[in-house]
Amino acid sequence: MGQKLEYLKETPSQTAGPYVHIGLAPGAAGFEIYEQELGWDMAGPNAKGEPIRVEGVVLDSTGAPVKDVLLEAWQANAEGVYAHPEHIGEVEDGFRGWGRVITDFETGEWGFDTVKPGPVTGRNGQMMAPHINLWIVARGINVGLNTRLYFEDEAEANAADPVINLIEWESRRQTLIARRCERGGQPVYRFDIRLQGDGETVFFDI
Amino acid sequence: MTTPPKPGEFYQRDRRWHPPALSQDYKTSVTRSPRLPLISLENTASEITGPVFGHKDIDPADNDLLRNFAKPGESPIGERIIVHGRVLDENARPVPNTLVEIWQANASGRYRHKKDTYLGALDPNFGGCGRTLTDAEGNYCFRTVKPGAYPWRNWVNDWRPAHIHVSVFGTGFAQRLITQLYFEGDPLIARCPIVNTIPDPAAVEMLIARMDMNATIPLDTIAYRFNIVLRGRRSTLFENRLEGN
Ligand SMILES: [Fe+2]
Repeated sequence: MGQKLEYLKETPSQTAGPYVHIGLAPGAAGFEIYEQELGWDMAGPNAKGEPIRVEGVVLDSTGAPVKDVLLEAWQANAEGVYAHPEHIGEVEDGFRGWGRVITDFETGEWGFDTVKPGPVTGRNGQMMAPHINLWIVARGINVGLNTRLYFEDEAEANAADPVINLIEWESRRQTLIARRCERGGQPVYRFDIRLQGDGETVFFDI
Repeated sequence: MTTPPKPGEFYQRDRRWHPPALSQDYKTSVTRSPRLPLISLENTASEITGPVFGHKDIDPADNDLLRNFAKPGESPIGERIIVHGRVLDENARPVPNTLVEIWQANASGRYRHKKDTYLGALDPNFGGCGRTLTDAEGNYCFRTVKPGAYPWRNWVNDWRPAHIHVSVFGTGFAQRLITQLYFEGDPLIARCPIVNTIPDPAAVEMLIARMDMNATIPLDTIAYRFNIVLRGRRSTLFENRLEGN
């Protein structure tokens, strides 16, 4: 048999279940307990760059909105820097780039306010188009789903993005592009996520 | 002198160890599971980095579920327990200063949630959530009551084993994990369609907290030990292709 390798196995995932709000967004579950809930202010007060709103709905295979979903978002600032000690560069004071949102219990709509991220240097120095990393958990989702949101108005950068180009089926790349519109002078990006079936969103094993 | 190897990408997640997206016996997964294969991505800065939390984000008392919702001088009903352990990575190294969040039903199996309508009574002194940061050695602890089992709509007579939901961050977004903690000796574990989404019994074992008499406080609180393992990172022994930043 030879020598034994001393690695551990990762703890296996389990669904977040329908009551994820109690732990991660208790206000939405219907009670106040913490001084501050985490993840509602993604960019902070000093963030440079274009303020944007991102909205969408998560749909199941029947086309019905998933109403007990929780999403987390992770993004770089407008300069393409992540607020993390291993990423070289500075972020604005108060910029975390991480957000946590839940859906409306009636409609399944979710949304968050942030700033548009800048392009980020990827592997081998290749530039990645501006994107927001998303992680989706809900009842019925056994392992959190990872996807990326890219921006419609970054067509040139998207066309050169090494991650988008990994997706062999060109038609599926469209599932990662958020559509831009304006509301009250503010840009709003629409990003609907289809868990299964026609137009199934591309999910990544990261 | 050689420079120590820099940590590189996370080890590939073992998708045969985790539950598959689709498990017929857990009915809700049928319409919510992607049918097309995941696109495998070599880690970039977007996956290796992740949010950082500090002591300003939380209150030190947030990890005490016996107190964090109870009226002054009162406490929740149920078996008083400590849940403690370490957050490690696959290299068996501690993950310090990482956020651990939990939520659970009360001793009668009822959640404090506007969508939970189970017959089990709400406890006016129990909220059901807590959070903490691991210390420099990756240790964490919570004090709470043992949650009750509860029925759920799947097959007509399905019951969840007593469990605590656990959410952990690590240092990179690729480590993000939500799981559930079960208790040693519970006969409902083996019958649970959610537990059984996990194919390998050795993986299920990782989710069962052991009673820990050495950490138990005599005449006060029974302890359970529950270690959590997040993905580890490879050492870039020869090359570091992750360029730029
Ligand atoms: Fe639960």
